[in-house]
Amino acid sequence: MEILVCVKRVPMVGGKIVVTGDGQDVDTRMSGFAMSPHEECAVEEAIQITERLGGNVSVLTLGPPDAAEQLRDALALGAGRAVLLETDGREWGPIATAEEIVAEARRRAEADQAYDLLLLGNEAADTGDYQVGVRVAHALGWPCVTGIKGIEIDDGGVRARREYRGNEELFEFGLPAVITVKEGINLPRYPSLPGRLRAKRAVIEEHRPQWRPDGLRKVALRVPETERKQATVLGTGADAVPALVALLDELGVLP
Amino acid sequence: MTVLCLVERDGAGVADASLRALTFARGLAGPGDADPGGADQGGVDLGGTDPGGADLGGVGQAGGRLAAVLFAGAEALASETPAGQELAGYGVSDAYVIEPGQLPGYAPLAWARVLAGLIETTGATAVLAAGTDRGAEVMAHLGALAGAPMAANCVSAAPSGEAGWRITRQRWAGLLLEDAVLEAPTALLTVATDAIAPTPAAGRAALTVHRHEPALADGDQAVMATESAERSGGISLATARVVVGGGRGVGGPEGFAPLEELAGLLGGVVGVSRVVTSEGWRPHKQQVGQTGTKITPELYLACGISGAIQHIAGCASAKHIVAVNSDAGAPILSHAEYAVIGDLHEVIPALVAAIKARGVSA
Repeated sequence: MEILVCVKRVPMVGGKIVVTGDGQDVDTRMSGFAMSPHEECAVEEAIQITERLGGNVSVLTLGPPDAAEQLRDALALGAGRAVLLETDGREWGPIATAEEIVAEARRRAEADQAYDLLLLGNEAADTGDYQVGVRVAHALGWPCVTGIKGIEIDDGGVRARREYRGNEELFEFGLPAVITVKEGINLPRYPSLPGRLRAKRAVIEEHRPQWRPDGLRKVALRVPETERKQATVLGTGADAVPALVALLDELGVLP
Repeated sequence: MTVLCLVERDGAGVADASLRALTFARGLAGPGDADPGGADQGGVDLGGTDPGGADLGGVGQAGGRLAAVLFAGAEALASETPAGQELAGYGVSDAYVIEPGQLPGYAPLAWARVLAGLIETTGATAVLAAGTDRGAEVMAHLGALAGAPMAANCVSAAPSGEAGWRITRQRWAGLLLEDAVLEAPTALLTVATDAIAPTPAAGRAALTVHRHEPALADGDQAVMATESAERSGGISLATARVVVGGGRGVGGPEGFAPLEELAGLLGGVVGVSRVVTSEGWRPHKQQVGQTGTKITPELYLACGISGAIQHIAGCASAKHIVAVNSDAGAPILSHAEYAVIGDLHEVIPALVAAIKARGVSA
């Protein structure tokens, strides 16, 4: 089983999001970066699948040189190979991003090491375009499901589950396929020390695709105006309970 | 102009998310033909919580036509049915139904193929769906089929002359907005349902139901859902009237019993922050936040939750937020209306006792 996991480097936003002066980006001077959360689970899922069925996990990202950090995070968890599609820092749209993932899949197929399964996050935490995986599947002519919270693979193919309006829906299809997953499909492991050391030494395969515009052209980013509240303090500790009960009564939520 | 809106059903009626998408779509349908000279004046802008801007247009205005696409039997839309009533009330003049005999279940690629065909036959200038799992998935497939861009989770859209469409969409689950130009003759959009209030049209439309027989391609139904029959019992986090939230301050898996008891007394459910599910203290389905569930309760009682922005993305639509936190400087206090400063392990059991005592005396 050859699995490719596509991950994205995103800023870690803690208390609030700040936009740069030109309105084009999130100001990341004060923040760290991490793998987008759904993709963290995609990496874990790929590792679990290969632990059960054998095979290899490759991890790919499209991003600036620093995105190698997120590739090494995935290598530390157990991915065996990493591919960096290095950009000049400009933001890529979902159409061009999908095309570059397709190009990687075709490179591997030509090298007789074709992928059986592509895993992505359901949506990136930052841009939230909800479409890269589907576009990749179309170009490759592979089946695709999104938002998946459970994957079983055996000789008969794939069974993928997700929640739909309180029910569960099940999809069954064959490989090769593209699946996008959501956080909650598993609980990602922590990297081991040997894993970290291996990741540090690993050689990352690099390509430099040419940026091009997508059909959705960003004009500006802005933080929505919300009323900034400061909570009225009802009291301290258990002494505040009578005031809290009175409030809940007023809000009409007491039985 | 004709605007197509994919409509999902909920039992015999229309899903709430789709009513929100229809509200948005109606605004987009109206003014197109009414004001051909002022392309930048039309459209819908519902970026705020005020639904007042929804009725910029309607099906009655100068040829704007709002058409719904449903995967259902035509009888489900008869004039006396809940779905038929709701569609007409939301200003839908035409419903294209794809009956189970044509397509027996949810198949994302087939649904997208149907929409692609209807763009051709109706000359639609925009196709929308609610930003649900299915809506996002089908619109992504449609974007791929059409070789066209698709903008996810829009809060406003308007035609912009030759350039295409001016849109505003959510990033970071709504914590950030992007103003953008969608360069395409036909706008493909999903609607950020938490930003749009469902609002019926000023006047009812006369609904015409068309049985549509789609031309599907081989393989379009290769991926098709089978839905489990049983519904998970109990109150769902997404629709609960009261949510008692627990965060890192709860301290561990054993600390949730008082929160569960309180939620039970208030007829609500427990929701948790991301750290709680990452630590494995509680199952992920209880997570409130960007990577969990977006909640809309009357009351959100956030206990021991610092208020990371990814959590706020999930609870900002609560009507009232009350925080219980030992740190008077925690970020959650600038999102909450009221707060109790103190240890939740002391406050919550005392609150439970007080509510029980009240019940006894009542």
